[in-house]
Amino acid sequence: MAALDLARLITAAADTIAAHAEELTTLDQAIGDGDHGLNMKRGFEAVRADTVAFSTKSLPEALKAIGTKLVMTVGGASGPLFGTLFLALGKEISAEPDRANLTAAFGKAIEAVAARGKSQVGQKTMLDVLQPVHEALAEGKTAAEIADMADRAADATVPMKALRGRASFLGDRSIGHMDAGGRSVALLVRTIGETLEGQP
Amino acid sequence: MSNVGIVIVSHSPLVAEGTADMVRQMVGDEVPLAWCGGNGHGGLGTSVEAIMGAIDKAWSEAGVAILVDLGGAETNSEMAVEMIGEPRAQKIIVCNAPIVEGAVMAATESSGGASLKEVVATAHELSPS
Repeated sequence: MAALDLARLITAAADTIAAHAEELTTLDQAIGDGDHGLNMKRGFEAVRADTVAFSTKSLPEALKAIGTKLVMTVGGASGPLFGTLFLALGKEISAEPDRANLTAAFGKAIEAVAARGKSQVGQKTMLDVLQPVHEALAEGKTAAEIADMADRAADATVPMKALRGRASFLGDRSIGHMDAGGRSVALLVRTIGETLEGQP
Repeated sequence: MSNVGIVIVSHSPLVAEGTADMVRQMVGDEVPLAWCGGNGHGGLGTSVEAIMGAIDKAWSEAGVAILVDLGGAETNSEMAVEMIGEPRAQKIIVCNAPIVEGAVMAATESSGGASLKEVVATAHELSPS
């Protein structure tokens, strides 16, 4: 993997979240409390504001600092969940990760998110997108293939019944809507993959 | 103060403050008490930063019991405890109990000088296992 341009990655991630904030909020309004888009946008704009500080750190330290920033600024339950993803990734990843290290670190990060949310795959959460992405990473798929996998995984949350979070209060009425957290993961996976490959 | 501290975390600042009022009136001032509620941006929700601040305010060497309402309050409280880190983190417990009843019962137990373990057990008795 080439040296990471963290500033470009942060910009791309924040741009994507901002561009899709309304869509994420609409998804969350259907079965959650309707603040996911706004919350994620607030968090990623806060990360963007500190781009210079983050991009002078090593990758593990930058990821941990970004995770802390997300915890403090996203709000809702998404703050600790997305924050934990980055914090745990930062704890496990090496300064110049190869695919094996990235895959292992990503696996540990998913475990940390599952523990934080007391959740598991199949409960209509971000884990339902993170897990297939991890498998695609392990199988050596390309960035584009992984992004497609993430989109399909987010689509696959539509028929699921929510068992965690606010959406679980709705029971069967949560069926038929995409999980907003899963959609956010899919958006981030695609934009990070495309940025790493130097695509527009 | 050596009594166990009580922190009340609700999505709503009104619920959190109202619960704290009830604790003060029913239990008195012998217990370190703090509350927080709202997402920090004027809306309903909970904030890790605010929870960390409330833990500081209610801090006791005997420990702190946190009472929460809905799921996100629990997740954010656990995150706050983790960010506070050791050695204090091992003396902070997020209770599984209804917020109002749990806060009053936990504070009552604390006011009598009970340990953190006893305070938390009293709150947990209110939840069907």
